[in-house]
Amino acid sequence: MHPTTLGSPDDLAKRLGDTGYLCDESLATIGFLALSMHRPLLLEGEPGTGKTALAEAFAEALELPLIRLQCYEGIDAGQALYDWDFPRQILHLRSLEAAGGGAVTDAVAAEESLFDERFLLARPVLRALRESPAVLLVDEIDRADDEFEAFLLEVLSTYQVTIPELGTITAATPPVVVLTSNRTREVHDALKRRCLYHWVEHPGLDREIAIVRTRAPEVSEALARQVATLVQRLRTAEGLLKPPGVAETLDWARALQSLGTRELDVESAAKTLGAVVKYREDAQRVRQALDRMLAG
Amino acid sequence: MTQTPVPVLHEADELLLGFARALRAAGVPVTQDRTRSYLEATALVGLDDQRATYWAGRATLCSGPDDLDRYDQVFTAWFLSGDRPSPRSQKDERRTVQAALDEGDGAGEVETDEETLNAMASEAEVLRHRDIADLSAREKARLATMFETLRPRAPRRPAHRRNPWHRGDVDAQRTLRQMLKRMGEPGEVVWRRPAQRPRRVVLLLDVSGSMSSYADALLRLAHRFSHPTVGPGTRGVPRVEVFTIGTRLTRVTRAMRMRDPERAIVAAGETVPDWSGGTRLGETLRIFLDRWGQRGLARGAVVVVFSDGWERGDAGLLGEQMRRLHALAHRVVWVNPHVGKTGYLPVQQGIVAALPYVDDLVAGHSLATFADLIEVVADA
Repeated sequence: MHPTTLGSPDDLAKRLGDTGYLCDESLATIGFLALSMHRPLLLEGEPGTGKTALAEAFAEALELPLIRLQCYEGIDAGQALYDWDFPRQILHLRSLEAAGGGAVTDAVAAEESLFDERFLLARPVLRALRESPAVLLVDEIDRADDEFEAFLLEVLSTYQVTIPELGTITAATPPVVVLTSNRTREVHDALKRRCLYHWVEHPGLDREIAIVRTRAPEVSEALARQVATLVQRLRTAEGLLKPPGVAETLDWARALQSLGTRELDVESAAKTLGAVVKYREDAQRVRQALDRMLAG
Repeated sequence: MTQTPVPVLHEADELLLGFARALRAAGVPVTQDRTRSYLEATALVGLDDQRATYWAGRATLCSGPDDLDRYDQVFTAWFLSGDRPSPRSQKDERRTVQAALDEGDGAGEVETDEETLNAMASEAEVLRHRDIADLSAREKARLATMFETLRPRAPRRPAHRRNPWHRGDVDAQRTLRQMLKRMGEPGEVVWRRPAQRPRRVVLLLDVSGSMSSYADALLRLAHRFSHPTVGPGTRGVPRVEVFTIGTRLTRVTRAMRMRDPERAIVAAGETVPDWSGGTRLGETLRIFLDRWGQRGLARGAVVVVFSDGWERGDAGLLGEQMRRLHALAHRVVWVNPHVGKTGYLPVQQGIVAALPYVDDLVAGHSLATFADLIEVVADA
């Protein structure tokens, strides 16, 4: 379906809800604005607050293909945009040579045939432009370098790219673009200005219970409530090195469920702690506090 | 004088534009194009829906979590309270009074006597080696101009990519491409080697009471680090992050990015709430690692801690946090103003706890020692 046919933020929230992504009012409003203004959406927040999941939910709710670009240090346009399939070009040249009886007769035509669509390796950004309407997820933009941001800025402001050998490729309809950042580095202001900005918070208790119930329907209501309450307490009270995100809550609930736990107690919690906390120091701290937390 | 009624739409626009202006006055970097997107967004969600306009403004006008609190405050003041200040008076409040610092000696006096010049030169040399804490206000002002002579270089790390070089590994792709140019005729082999990128530098400045006489100099040094000389082969400006530690952690990177050192220091002064307060190094370091360091800021970086190691809090906590920092960072440099002085022994509780996790312990009480520090950081 086409992204601009959505009537209101509530409409979007409902659609996302149908795919199992429960968003609050703020995220629905901003998502709606991003879709209707054709602006990229920049999501920042703690790891595990569902930034990447939102892009996936967008794709599912709007019935569009999801194209994902994972950023890393040293990523360049060749890995994001397009590249020429060099070995195949060589092979093509060799076969021309063989067909022409050992000598390439028309050098210009041979060279032109080398830069054909079929030797073009479309990378995520180019694919998103060509296959649009689509959802383009640029994940962890903070890991990429400044130069890459500048390049992305160029693409995101015009939604077109120029390949010298082929010409300009323009998206028929702008793709829905979601950028995520864990804020290990400040994203450049020029890029931020192009985007709608949202800081994603951890969900509140009721919403987190609802998320567990939707994502892992096999988990009982009582267990979901206990797990969510405990995780919320871990996030705020204990000063952990890595506070658990929603993904960890889900993992934990599923882990407990598959062990056949009906009610969370100290023993079962201690056994499955590895699903929630990922540092030795954290595990020790939580284990010491479990008694108190389950009692209170 | 026109007495025609103002159209309703016009009034609404004025209200929104006034809000954007008030937000800018409050320190959120609102630009013209952001304001335009804001108007567009509010038109889309409808002005009558206050919650939606709140979120629309937050998405279009803010650019980071630092802006969100200010946004909330200005939003409440602008839309939710009855007595709204007029945009005009907001503009007046924006003016910041800045007084020029005393130029120091000899700025206006014209003296061409060679003897005086010689005396000046040697005086500058003496000043380079004097302890900053012992300087008079006038000497400090002269020293401030000498910070220009410091030229920090960024440390380097091997990059993901490779560059052409006259030796190294065989660059198969370029060799083949050149062969292709000659219609498959084999020829010279080309080589490549790993490229280099600047490594991130993180500066943590202790601005507590015991370090107060060095605070100004440290900020000047941090400013020099934030505007490094870009050497040959360095792509882009190396990322330098500056934080102040004391009783609270404050990020002053943005202030330090300003070109003019005086303005940068004034801006930093406005952001830091805990000048000359107590020292809770362990705790502020923990906050730094939780909020910034662990997520990637300190990973593989050269971290420089400027502190005398007087810890009021728990030294055990400081040691634990230094262990974490050391595990994340490429190199940890501790700059202590007392190290260079005769008779100094690292016996303070804080420094004893931190020392096992420090790669370099260097002096930092004069301009000359700062120059040495720059070398240590560049070679890290």
